[in-house]
Amino acid sequence: MANLHMVVCLKVVPKPEEIRVDKKTNRLERTDARSELNPPDMNAMEMALSIKERYGGKISILTMGPPYFEPLLRVGLAMGADHIYLLSDRDFGGADTLATTYTLAKGVEKIEGVDLIFCGEESSDGATGQVPPGLAEWLDFNQITMINNIELAPRKKTIRGRREIKAGHEILEVPLPAVVSVAVASNEPRFMDYRIKDWAFEEERMTVWSKDDLDVDAEYIGVSGSPTIVSDLAQAATRERKREFLTGTPEEIADKLKVILQDAL
Amino acid sequence: MVASLYGVKQAKKAIWIFLEQEGGKLEGVSLELLDKGRQMADNANWSLVGLLIGKDVSEIADEAFSYGADVVVLADDPLLDVFTVDAYTQVTYDAIMEHKPSVFLLGATPNGRDLAGRLAVRVRTGLNADCTNLNLDKKRGILVSEVTGFGGGIAALIEMQNHRPQMATVRPGVFPPGEPDKKRKGKVIKLPIKLEADTIKTKVVERVVGEGVDLTQVPALVVGGRGIEGDFGLMRELAGLIGGDVGATRPPVDDGYIERERQIGQTGVVCRPKVSINCGVSGAFHFVVGVQESDIVISINTDQEAPIFDFTDYCIVGDVFEIIPALTAALSSVKELAHG
Ligand SMILES: Cc1cc2nc3c(=O)[nH]c(=O)nc-3n(C[C@H](O)[C@H](O)[C@H](O)COP(=O)(O)OP(=O)(O)OC[C@H]3O[C@@H](n4cnc5c(N)ncnc54)[C@H](O)[C@@H]3O)c2cc1C
Repeated sequence: MANLHMVVCLKVVPKPEEIRVDKKTNRLERTDARSELNPPDMNAMEMALSIKERYGGKISILTMGPPYFEPLLRVGLAMGADHIYLLSDRDFGGADTLATTYTLAKGVEKIEGVDLIFCGEESSDGATGQVPPGLAEWLDFNQITMINNIELAPRKKTIRGRREIKAGHEILEVPLPAVVSVAVASNEPRFMDYRIKDWAFEEERMTVWSKDDLDVDAEYIGVSGSPTIVSDLAQAATRERKREFLTGTPEEIADKLKVILQDAL
Repeated sequence: MVASLYGVKQAKKAIWIFLEQEGGKLEGVSLELLDKGRQMADNANWSLVGLLIGKDVSEIADEAFSYGADVVVLADDPLLDVFTVDAYTQVTYDAIMEHKPSVFLLGATPNGRDLAGRLAVRVRTGLNADCTNLNLDKKRGILVSEVTGFGGGIAALIEMQNHRPQMATVRPGVFPPGEPDKKRKGKVIKLPIKLEADTIKTKVVERVVGEGVDLTQVPALVVGGRGIEGDFGLMRELAGLIGGDVGATRPPVDDGYIERERQIGQTGVVCRPKVSINCGVSGAFHFVVGVQESDIVISINTDQEAPIFDFTDYCIVGDVFEIIPALTAALSSVKELAHG
């Protein structure tokens, strides 16, 4: 399938350990946090690249976010993708899952001719895992989520995805076009290929679309397209714990633990 | 602003629960949601409805009633025998649009998430995933969902004002299961099925499900983190001696040392044992939410500064490979005594 067109949705996320809460605005303060490509998306990228190696075709990276994401996204090109589409507009900001999936779907429609979309299983800052099915729904694509293996039948134009469920697994088959989400740790993402680094940073490999470039309904994007609001942020409630340190030789500690366990169980 | 297909005015004062079933039995998370839903419904004087989808599953309705449902909406059809996201979304959509519940809750299982994600877009509503708590504000009729896990242990309370149904997914174990009351009865409403086989694009080529382990209800939990270097034999030996079972943090699961269903935490299961023993676990908040319902927490870590100790009753600064063998030896000697 030399003309197979794949899209990999990459998200740039703040490093989770560097996010703070702004007490006044009740917003997550991400500006001070350094950014990285969402690690689970690297598994999605790797799976798409493995398909490209076997069957040909091209890979487009699709992202919604501010222009300063550019250098991180170009790493995706240096891994082996062909082009970047960055959906960037102030009015896309503050989007929850509904608005995000709508905007990404509009990007996919504008790219045209997309057969197969890869997403990570979740994102390290939001972790909802709800983007892949939502995106599939807007586009009326089929979906298989949380797969750790994919097989493409180029002539039949179907894919088979294998996923782990309840002490077992299932293999699902759907016709293209489809959205898949790739299970965390299902493969070893490759490093970027330094030989193509200069190529990856060439200007024309990236297209930036604002809301005026996309056929979007203003009601459906950003804050106005987002049903959910954060009404309050707080430090998560945790139980008070004794925090008593047990000391001694391993044998002495074991004896103390034995008593604690016998009392408790 | 984008509007859901029905709004606050048309929505009925009902909490709906997606009843996930396998082999004629309801999933634990569905029972947990029924119990939580019952409490919220009683408090607000709303009704609790279970949505049951499958083939020849009508008998399961009684189980749902005994756990609190007032009504079961039943979609029974050969095409619904195994879960496919196409068929289940269609049927759920039809049911939702006919009955217009104000709240719709699903377990955050692979199938529950697939269905929730598609349905929320189809009805143009919001979806709060992996909630760690839920409350129904009865004055405003608004579901307040708590979501944790943005680094640093931050909890966000999330609401939707204008969109219905208010959807949320919850991980297994977040809520305790209720006590069934076999005498409770309810009403079954059969849903007319308008499915055609050729609209179902998903083909289930192979499906193997095991018994599965349910760590949510074990009395004692021994958790192995990255620090145990994959030595789950050691963990199993200890768990066996105290009548418990073995869980893990995410790294050993990702590295393939142990099955994913044993992952504890935000994206795993939440357990509520009498005792949990964390071995070589650093204490990331993603993990801590999974053990903080334990009555007693014991942690062993070589690093005195490890964050896990903030969430621990009995802290041991030491090497798991010294402490655990000593503990199993101590516990085995008791056993021998007990057996004479
Ligand atoms: C969106 C998202 C969701 C996540 N969900 C989950 C989840 O559900 N569950 C989960 O667990 N994680 C989850 N994680 C990962 C989580 O953030 C942490 O990375 C993970 O919990 C760390 O696991 P750990 O404590 O085993 O490993 P580490 O953080 O590497 O800690 C290992 C610890 O072992 C100690 N140690 C090493 N050797 C020894 C020894 N010989 N004896 C004693 N102690 C020793 C070290 O001092 C260290 O503290 C999630 C992450 C993301 C981004």
